[in-house]
Amino acid sequence: MENSLDPAPSLLEVRGISKSFGAVRALQEVDFTLRAGEIHALLGENGAGKSTLIKVITGVFPRDAGVVRLGGEEVAPRSAKAALQAGIATVYQEVNLLPNLSVAQNLFLDRQPMRFGIVREGEMRRRAKALLTEFGLDIDVAAPLGNYSVAIQHVTAIARAVDLSARVLILDEPTASLDRHEVEILFGIMRQLAKRGIGIVFVSHFLDQVYEISDRITVLRNGRLVGEREIASLPRLELIRMMLGRELAETTSARAAVGEHKAREICASFESYGKAGYVAPFNLELRHGEVVGLAGLLGSGRTETARLVFGAERADGGHARVEGAAVRLQSPRDGVRHGFGYCPEERKTDGIVAELTVRENIVLALQAKRGLHRPLSRREQDEIARRYVKMLDIRPPDAERPVGLLSGGNQQKVLLARWLATSPRLLVLDEPTRGIDVGAHAEIIRLIRELCDDGLALLVISSELDEIVTYSDRVVVLRDRTHVEELSGEAIDVTNILAAIAADGAAMQEARA
Amino acid sequence: MKGLPPVLITAVVLVAGFALCALQFPNIASTRVVGNLLTDNAFLGIVATGMTFVIISGGIDLSVGSVIGFTTVFVALAIERWGVPPLVAFVAILALSAAFGAAMGAIIHVFDLPPFIVTLAGMFLARGASFLLSTESVPITAPVYASVSDFALRIPGGGRLTAIAIIMLAIVIGGVLLLRLTRFGANVYALGGGRATASLMGVAVGKMTVKIYMLSSLLAGIAGIVFSFYTSAGYSLSAVGVELDSIAAVVIGGTLLTGGQGSVIGTFLGVLIQGMIQTYINFDGTLSSWWTKIATGVLLFAFIALQQGLVALARPPAAKRAGAVS
Ligand SMILES: Nc1ncnc2c1ncn2[C@@H]1O[C@H](COP(=O)(O)OP(=O)(O)OP(=O)(O)O)[C@@H](O)[C@H]1O
Ligand SMILES: [Mg+2]
Repeated sequence: MENSLDPAPSLLEVRGISKSFGAVRALQEVDFTLRAGEIHALLGENGAGKSTLIKVITGVFPRDAGVVRLGGEEVAPRSAKAALQAGIATVYQEVNLLPNLSVAQNLFLDRQPMRFGIVREGEMRRRAKALLTEFGLDIDVAAPLGNYSVAIQHVTAIARAVDLSARVLILDEPTASLDRHEVEILFGIMRQLAKRGIGIVFVSHFLDQVYEISDRITVLRNGRLVGEREIASLPRLELIRMMLGRELAETTSARAAVGEHKAREICASFESYGKAGYVAPFNLELRHGEVVGLAGLLGSGRTETARLVFGAERADGGHARVEGAAVRLQSPRDGVRHGFGYCPEERKTDGIVAELTVRENIVLALQAKRGLHRPLSRREQDEIARRYVKMLDIRPPDAERPVGLLSGGNQQKVLLARWLATSPRLLVLDEPTRGIDVGAHAEIIRLIRELCDDGLALLVISSELDEIVTYSDRVVVLRDRTHVEELSGEAIDVTNILAAIAADGAAMQEARA
Repeated sequence: MKGLPPVLITAVVLVAGFALCALQFPNIASTRVVGNLLTDNAFLGIVATGMTFVIISGGIDLSVGSVIGFTTVFVALAIERWGVPPLVAFVAILALSAAFGAAMGAIIHVFDLPPFIVTLAGMFLARGASFLLSTESVPITAPVYASVSDFALRIPGGGRLTAIAIIMLAIVIGGVLLLRLTRFGANVYALGGGRATASLMGVAVGKMTVKIYMLSSLLAGIAGIVFSFYTSAGYSLSAVGVELDSIAAVVIGGTLLTGGQGSVIGTFLGVLIQGMIQTYINFDGTLSSWWTKIATGVLLFAFIALQQGLVALARPPAAKRAGAVS
């Protein structure tokens, strides 16, 4: 990638970086150049080596070969702290914050305002408050961070990194749990920082966002550099080809003809189901062979609805029926017993057991469902693991690898496989395509349709409206923890959903800003 | 974040327990008894303060009892046999114990070993070393010891606040301030919240680990000196099992054994509760002193159960999204 006519001086130069984990060659001779004042997207499929490259640059992993130059000088940080001191601030993919500390302490850990060796708690809170206000958050900064939602934690992590006012800011999938509004705020801040001459590295699987925010892109594939381009002159299809090394198969097939699903049997139904202060009572029918999409802003009650349906949260009113029979859903176990599966949004905290292998993680729920006295034989386990590794294209295709060593996106696929393996009658998917690359993204959407054709009932939460429109037979729109609208058939389109979300939402947005 | 509700519960248990004791033996409610309680448990209060830091940071230090034992023997021999001035002996032993703790911390960090194992080795090492120095009890007759033992502040009601009780109170207060108000304190909680995470956030985890175990051993050294004042002797078998008493005090004080949450004040209350039980048994006169252990054991169970309950309750719905069967 020789580039003799650099318009801007390069700030961070990475040359010939290699990194292996045992036999896995995660990075081979990778070059990467970041200029001052640019926003540079680092792209590639799940497992391409993006997060590894970042961790090698910041010294979290030692590198096998290569050099890193910052502002022309060679740097070799040996810890995240050293990288910070050298001027590289990072939000890692596995958002790293401490739930037991207050929000303010998280923002200012190891750099609290001090006087006479004493932390100025009041000053620190004041600054924390001011910092979060820039991100449109108005929360109690003295409360433990663990009390807040994943999205708020994520914003906090980003705010912390931004506030470190380093020369280089690295954000590994920062938008994965943010809603549109928060993404816009983040982008505004990124642009401001870039104007000040800070170089920003941005990892994302959302190509729209990549085109919106970045100046240049670098693509990795299987641990190798594919190329570096100006985004303005790069057609989207070309970018996808660079990432996948092949064309993306046509995916957005039209949905089954509208109207034919009237006759489908009801799988589960909920009547005035709800919980005070959690989700307002709602009516919901889930039919076999049908996808119901849940749309709404973050915090509108989508995940809460899913948790009630699954039994992860107890309802305090209303009735639930499964295949016509009244049931009580008091715990996740009840959900599983009635043939429900729930694939939560936050894979790190919710269910991936990092030390166990891919195979063990996949059979976990199935084994629990069968009961301990009917163990799955090793042959059956291998067979199941092989099937799903292939079906979801989990990479590397090694079922005996501890899940913790997989890339973020591949962990997500393992979690999905776990629930598919239980052959549920109703599957709840919370943001199934978050953090998943374009190739696998299309496959997951296709899979959702296929499962549905096999007679499964699906309840899918997604912030990607295009995506929801693609696969849903009905869409329930939520606002302020209330089901406000149900769209079906031809009424399902992005404009209608947005309209339902936004009805009297303008005032709300005003209040938030 | 700083574990207030569990501390309140500890305080309630202490007050209620004290009231019950006082109902049965009205004499207990006197400054004399309370003053003695502070004196008798001074060394425990000091080590337990150090243990609080270790446990909040997600570790454990099993070596403190042995460090106390070693300290008493070392101090006694230095003063009585080797003719070292007491102050010099104190400085030397404090430097030695701090270095010992730092070494354990460094080993834990560099070789990524469980603190349990490393400090267990430290426990045998320090106890063994004190036997090497002397197997018998060495009385200390230096004049400082007599004058320190005699020194006491009179408190209204006939009680005496002895020098060693004052040292303990000063250390507890120092511990509270260090943990609550400084960057070091915040980093202790950070380590307990997750070492890998703290490291990615830029905390110098290695240095912190060394400092935390150094602090614990240093306080154990001070506790050893205090213990030698208390008994006016050095004995290699002194303070056996004190590490467990101090862990018990820390847990009863509302600090999570898994780290990340807790307070020094709670630990202090935990020490007082143990002292109170002991005092009750002394007053009763018919009960075997082993009842102290039994009562402490029951309390420990109760507190651990309670904490589990509180932790489960305190978790917000968002964090409770269990992956169902996982
Ligand atoms: N600690 C580790 N030990 C062993 N292998 C690892 C480790 N971390 C990553 N890998 C492997 O290195 C490769 C690159 O992973 P990396 O996390 O960098 O991918 P990524 O591009 O960030 O993917 P994603 O988009 O899914 O986050 C993967 O094959 C992964 O399994
Ligand atoms: Mg990654």
